Amino acid sequence: MLADAVAHTEHQHHPALAHHFDSLEEQQHASVLGMWLFLVTEVLFFGGLFLAYAIYRSWYPLAFALSSNELDITMGAANTAVLIASSLTMALAVHAAQSGERNKLIAFLILTMILGAVFLGVKGFEYADKFEHHHVPGPFFHFEPIAEARHAQIFFSLYFVMTGLHAIHMVVGLGIMTWMLVWSINGTISKEYASPIEISGLYWHFVDIVWIFLFPLLYLLGRHLHGGA
Amino acid sequence: MSEHIVPKSTYYAIFLALMVGTAATVGAAFVDLGSLNTVVALAIAITKAALVVLFFMHVKYSPKLTWLVVIGSIFWLLLLLGVTLGDYMTRSWGTYG
Repeated sequence: MLADAVAHTEHQHHPALAHHFDSLEEQQHASVLGMWLFLVTEVLFFGGLFLAYAIYRSWYPLAFALSSNELDITMGAANTAVLIASSLTMALAVHAAQSGERNKLIAFLILTMILGAVFLGVKGFEYADKFEHHHVPGPFFHFEPIAEARHAQIFFSLYFVMTGLHAIHMVVGLGIMTWMLVWSINGTISKEYASPIEISGLYWHFVDIVWIFLFPLLYLLGRHLHGGA
Repeated sequence: MSEHIVPKSTYYAIFLALMVGTAATVGAAFVDLGSLNTVVALAIAITKAALVVLFFMHVKYSPKLTWLVVIGSIFWLLLLLGVTLGDYMTRSWGTYG
């Protein structure tokens, strides 16, 4: 115990370096790798939903195209741009952290959070619109033409589960960004210890990628009904 | 730390490419390409995703082990999609629901 304490005071190292790593660089590589392993599970998590989408769309191309036309392309495209912009500010936050520019880091984290909140706000408007038009699956679901309503309900179920799960990921992302903001303000994050910002960024970019696929597959598939599914 | 700091100019260039890709995917959706519409939409989405992974997520500058994990995730996803769809599309059991 005493020897340990002595060794600890004699052996000067960065306060963020955990004892089981030789260097901050090794620690950084390990945390990036760990985050990527988590993201592999996320890819498969969302992958299952994309798979369900592909199967149902191949079965009911007409209902899927008609339902897709009920979604607002302008809002979907605007949200895609907002999310891509938030990925840029996130990347710039990582750059600021690695360069030791604390004020810029704080500013870019806040910008990223604002853009994330804008995305969720637009999504909220879209969901409200679906409730108004009775496009929420359940007893009050209504769809014209009636003949396609049953299968349209499958499209909207997938729409709500996929975009809902994505939105939950955004909310979690905002939580992580709040945490990173606190760590940036209180000085935990430094030029030497920027990896928490880096791996939070990996998560944020992953959520962006999911939307990059969701947008065309949900919003844009039904422009040409005669053109096949 | 010897980690690679990606220059800001790279981030701006990727951002522009992603915005152009978004405009292209919306534009392409309004052109009737038949069944190719989905192929084009997916090709653009995959390109955009690759740009995000390589540059925003720094994989281009990452150690081989990170590459292995990223390629592994694509492999498992293709296995999930390929094997299941291969099964569904080659049986004559029709549709449910």
